[in-house]
Amino acid sequence: MVLQQLINGLMLGATYSLVAIGYTLIFGVLRLLHFAHGEVLMAGSFMGLYIILWTGLPLYITLPLAMVVTGALGLLIELFAIRPIRKDFHLAPLLSTIGVTIILQNLAIKLFGGYGTKFPDPLTTANLRIGPYMISSAKILILGISLFLMVILYFVIAKTKVGRAMRAVSESHLTAGFLGVNVDRIVLLTFGIASALAGAAGVMVGISFHAVSPFIGLTFALKGLVVMLLGGLGNVVGAMIGGLILGVAEVISIVLIPPEINLQDVFSFGIMILILIFKPEGLFGSRIGQG
Amino acid sequence: MDYLFSVATVAGIYIIMALSFYLPFMTGQISLGQAGFMAVGAYASAVCTVKFGIPYIPSVLIGGIVAGIVGFVLGVPALRIKGIYLLLLTLGFGEIVRVIFINLNYVGAAAGFPNIPYQQHTLLYAYGTVLILIIFFHRLRQSRLGRAFQAIGNDEGAAEIIGINITAAKLTAFSVGAFIAGIGGGIFAHYQEYIEPLMFGVMQGVEFIVFTIFGGIQIFWGPIFGAFVLTFLPEFFRVIQNWRMELYGVLLIVMMIIRPRGVIGLDTIQRLKKIFTKVR
Repeated sequence: MVLQQLINGLMLGATYSLVAIGYTLIFGVLRLLHFAHGEVLMAGSFMGLYIILWTGLPLYITLPLAMVVTGALGLLIELFAIRPIRKDFHLAPLLSTIGVTIILQNLAIKLFGGYGTKFPDPLTTANLRIGPYMISSAKILILGISLFLMVILYFVIAKTKVGRAMRAVSESHLTAGFLGVNVDRIVLLTFGIASALAGAAGVMVGISFHAVSPFIGLTFALKGLVVMLLGGLGNVVGAMIGGLILGVAEVISIVLIPPEINLQDVFSFGIMILILIFKPEGLFGSRIGQG
Repeated sequence: MDYLFSVATVAGIYIIMALSFYLPFMTGQISLGQAGFMAVGAYASAVCTVKFGIPYIPSVLIGGIVAGIVGFVLGVPALRIKGIYLLLLTLGFGEIVRVIFINLNYVGAAAGFPNIPYQQHTLLYAYGTVLILIIFFHRLRQSRLGRAFQAIGNDEGAAEIIGINITAAKLTAFSVGAFIAGIGGGIFAHYQEYIEPLMFGVMQGVEFIVFTIFGGIQIFWGPIFGAFVLTFLPEFFRVIQNWRMELYGVLLIVMMIIRPRGVIGLDTIQRLKKIFTKVR
């Protein structure tokens, strides 16, 4: 029972982590709260759904395909809603991403209907038996894929030239530019990576909840934001760990709080408000001086 | 005609809500939680009329006051943080309010709060409130407090150095903004006759911001203009009605690219004044 809940929590948390990493990356390079990030996740979820429905491709092809599509969506958002905006009014990019949110959500409602769509199970779910416990292999797989993506991302940021450029840009656009980094291209690339991760999270949300609706974006966006704060703004590793913590904490709260009270959401927002008031730099420290 | 009246009424309520966002915004505080304050005001005033039989005007005022108190309580921790952190705090607050009302059986929980007495003259009350707010904002511009608000909005550090009590000014702006939102909620509840937590979601709060930013952020006529135009425009074009939200989105992005400070700016007011003096 405990192990099962722990796996559930970690799986839920891993998807939160993927969303939060995207937020953190974008916040790192642009100091921008990317409001439409949850909608990118929703788009990824629907992409996964329709690829599976129409082509019946297995998950290991569907997931990268959905990531490519949402990555491209992220590039489009950067090109049309972020780049053309002048930098003299700090709220402007935030508001234009709110505009993107409104567009994507309502297009999704028109295309897919305002109700939930059932997500087919792309995995032959042979359940794993560990001692007396049954754990669905889907959950293990989701957890595995998420952790795998995070490890890759960590190495990209820590070891590669592109990663170094991303870190430089998040320190200072001007200095990075002087040192020969193509800042515009790095910002664009960051949007692509963040959106691809959100797309992956979207597909996995679809698999684990067996349903997709145009409104899941906001829920996961809010959870992602809580996790970003928990881990510390601009701290990628913090976002990874923070997601797992929130996932496990939520599952525990579901077990502890009687089911007739629908308080899980209050729980995570309560955490967020407490962090904002008492420890705005997050549990693992913000990598950014001025918020 | 009835239809036009109902659109005008809704526009009036939205003007109140846009102004409620604008007041804390003047001091640089961006609140995504105005829909939450609206919900508090709506539920509090509805409880007053339905459960205690209090008449309309005091009920709406009580709704405003309750929202104002909640705003004050939230405003104290909000003073310590700014920018993206404040945005997230108010976002979290709005969601928590919604979830609390979903779980509160006393006010109908998720099924909503029905049978709120209908106020026939909502149009008058809404625009009466708007008129009071216009006078308030107009006088505020010339007052010491209003200038302090603007100074803080322009540069908080500089404002502090010239001796403005930032804490008091920001807290005042935040709680009075919440009070205005509560009034708007009360009027809304007695016009709709029925309220449910879903009406006060994050996207609703975002819509008030869109009104304000579209209209203009330099002077209070901006939010008024924005709320009025954006409520009326789609009603006249059926085609637009279907794509209303998508158009909002595109409009918002385009506005941010070409005129990020809104349609009505200080220059617009100057130009209008010039035209009027010439006519005279």
